[in-house]
Amino acid sequence: MADVVVEQGRIARATGARKGSSLRNTLGRKSTVAFLLTLPLILLIALLVLYPAFFSLYLATLNKAMTKFVGLGNFTFLFKRETFWMVVKQSCIFAITAVIFKALIGFIVAHFVHNIPGKKQRKWRGMLLVPWVIPPAMSTLAWLWLFDPSYSAFNYTLSYFGVGPIPWLGETFWARFSVILVNVWYGAPFFLIMYLAALKSVPDQLYEAAAIDGANWWQKIWYVTLPMMRNIIAITTLFSLIVTFANFDIVRILTSGGPLDTTHLFATWAFQVGIQSSDIPLGACVSLFMVPILAVAAIFILRDVSKRGNEA
Amino acid sequence: MSRKKLTRRQFVAATAMSSAALITAPYVRGAYAAGKLSIGFWDHWVPGANQASTDLVNEWAAKEKVEVSIDYITSNNKKIELTAAAEAQAKSGHDILQMPSWWPHAYSENLEPLNDVMEPLIKQNGEVNGTVKYLAQSGGKWLAVPATPGSQIKGPCTRIDLMKKFANIDVQEMYPAGSPPKADNWTMDTFLKAAEACQKGGFPFGIGLGETTDSVDTAGAIFQSFGAELVNAKGDITIKTDQVRQAMEYYKKLIAFLPPDAPSWDDASNNKWLISGRGALIMNPPSAWAVAKRDAPQVAEQCWTHGFPAGPKGRFAPFLPYFWGVWSFGKNKEAAKSLLVHLSSPAAIEKFVAVSGGYDLPAYANLTKLKTWAEEGPPKGTLFHYPDPYRQQTLSIAASPAPPKIAQQIYFQATLTKMALRFARGETLEQSLAWAEGECEGFMRS
Repeated sequence: MADVVVEQGRIARATGARKGSSLRNTLGRKSTVAFLLTLPLILLIALLVLYPAFFSLYLATLNKAMTKFVGLGNFTFLFKRETFWMVVKQSCIFAITAVIFKALIGFIVAHFVHNIPGKKQRKWRGMLLVPWVIPPAMSTLAWLWLFDPSYSAFNYTLSYFGVGPIPWLGETFWARFSVILVNVWYGAPFFLIMYLAALKSVPDQLYEAAAIDGANWWQKIWYVTLPMMRNIIAITTLFSLIVTFANFDIVRILTSGGPLDTTHLFATWAFQVGIQSSDIPLGACVSLFMVPILAVAAIFILRDVSKRGNEA
Repeated sequence: MSRKKLTRRQFVAATAMSSAALITAPYVRGAYAAGKLSIGFWDHWVPGANQASTDLVNEWAAKEKVEVSIDYITSNNKKIELTAAAEAQAKSGHDILQMPSWWPHAYSENLEPLNDVMEPLIKQNGEVNGTVKYLAQSGGKWLAVPATPGSQIKGPCTRIDLMKKFANIDVQEMYPAGSPPKADNWTMDTFLKAAEACQKGGFPFGIGLGETTDSVDTAGAIFQSFGAELVNAKGDITIKTDQVRQAMEYYKKLIAFLPPDAPSWDDASNNKWLISGRGALIMNPPSAWAVAKRDAPQVAEQCWTHGFPAGPKGRFAPFLPYFWGVWSFGKNKEAAKSLLVHLSSPAAIEKFVAVSGGYDLPAYANLTKLKTWAEEGPPKGTLFHYPDPYRQQTLSIAASPAPPKIAQQIYFQATLTKMALRFARGETLEQSLAWAEGECEGFMRS
């Protein structure tokens, strides 16, 4: 009996020591430290992103009075609405057009800025970033005054050239043009700064080698710059696509979705349906519809990036 | 250490003595004996108007020994609607919340019935108009009390000089200050002819065709004056009717005389249109005139607020009331009700009207002839007919008489202006009606 007790004590001590050392090992591991350090952020994201996301999923399954579970009923209802499909189409037009122009302008201006020497470059960089650092609600208000039906500064200027007045926000084409223009103005500096950083990391030797091989400027861009920037272009495009799809303030301030709903995006229409028309479940449904579209885009873009990463 | 033991006899004696002392002592009320009350009011755009509300609340709070806290919530970017939605979801928030027109019905399940407040108020201040009953009553239950601050009629505000010059209409003669209107000829036909004349004269009527409330309210009153209802009181879709077709034909003709960018107008655009001197008429409460008084006095001197033109089915004017609601989850409902009675007293209402320069409108029949409206100017008497003192108009809201939860969606999705604009932009009448029918079918969700 006594032997057994001793034996058990020994076993217990050994297990305890192992436990202690394994805890020490776990805590000592880099990944654990990293996890603990990121824990506050994870908790914050869980609270401010995951909880609302799951709550909106739950809301989307309720009836209008929020008293009954209707499953996917709200989604099937939406699929039958003409306005919903118009909003899907418009959100795609808005996001894709705006991202293409932002990327193009960012790419071109980044090259210009890259070629400006030293101190001057810093000044230009600062100035070009201004649209991006002004809160969009404020800058969009300024744009609203520029497009204003009664006091439009653009129309006033155009009148000197015998042009206009242009109904900037009153006709579908011009209204879409205006909201995209403001989004491009606001978002292009982000592309500019990302591309500028990418340009700076392209080794000069590659250009020198290309020059020796007789490459012209276009060939240098096509065969050197673009391949070197591919990953950053992909990530920036994805990031911008997500933000642009979810845009709210520009359309809300400039057109409120009009004329005839032709500038509504998912977020603005969700607000109109959910908050203004007191149909919160349907509003939640509309805003959730962005998720599959963006998820598909994210899968394609990120798969491409990781494929190239593996190749490298 | 010795410890004195409390005997049963001593305990009974002590209890009896303390009970006697409590009963016979005078009742001393603490400063906030009746508890706390939290209020969310609409943030008035008129400088000083919030102070009047604060003063009235403090006056009541001092008398009733209630500790009050007031938040003034702007209606810009739907902050009040967002607050109401958040509080209804969280079942927590202010005790009293001022809410725009459609919200009492939207949150009817979360609002305390206020029949015991409204019935005496109606006896005291006179009957309320049909729109107030439509928006704040459900199954005989009063969901909210009509608030004077923010409530408004969006009737015509006309430039006296331009209307006389281009349309040969003397609005001051038609709606004389201090006496009943002589507006038998002020019909939809006259209105259309005047719109055409002013447009040709270079001063088009400033009526929006956008998706915000000013545009929708005007469309609502015009549709109602033709008897056109998209959904009737029973909840049946009644779009493909002669009345709706008639209203659409009329609107199409009117749109031809409006500014080309009217489809993009918001609620500020018509104000700017009038103040900049570019238009002969807008449909608005006297806020545009009040701003013109400050920024463009020469324009303000020529403004006259008056009644809506009459259509085949009557003279309808858009009325947009605000309400004070008491949440059923509120913590001090009795104090909230007492405050609402105080804020709806004739003296309080007179104060609200005076500090807002005549903008705020009480919903009660006995309170439409206050001296502020008779005296405001220039020109003197410009607001006399604003509160419809001779009750010549039916005060209504767009999309009524559809059941409020359906009407709210017709209203905020701007179905009326959209269908009229679609028709005016080239769709056939039947296509526009079919589109509106599809929209209304979607609004039937419960």
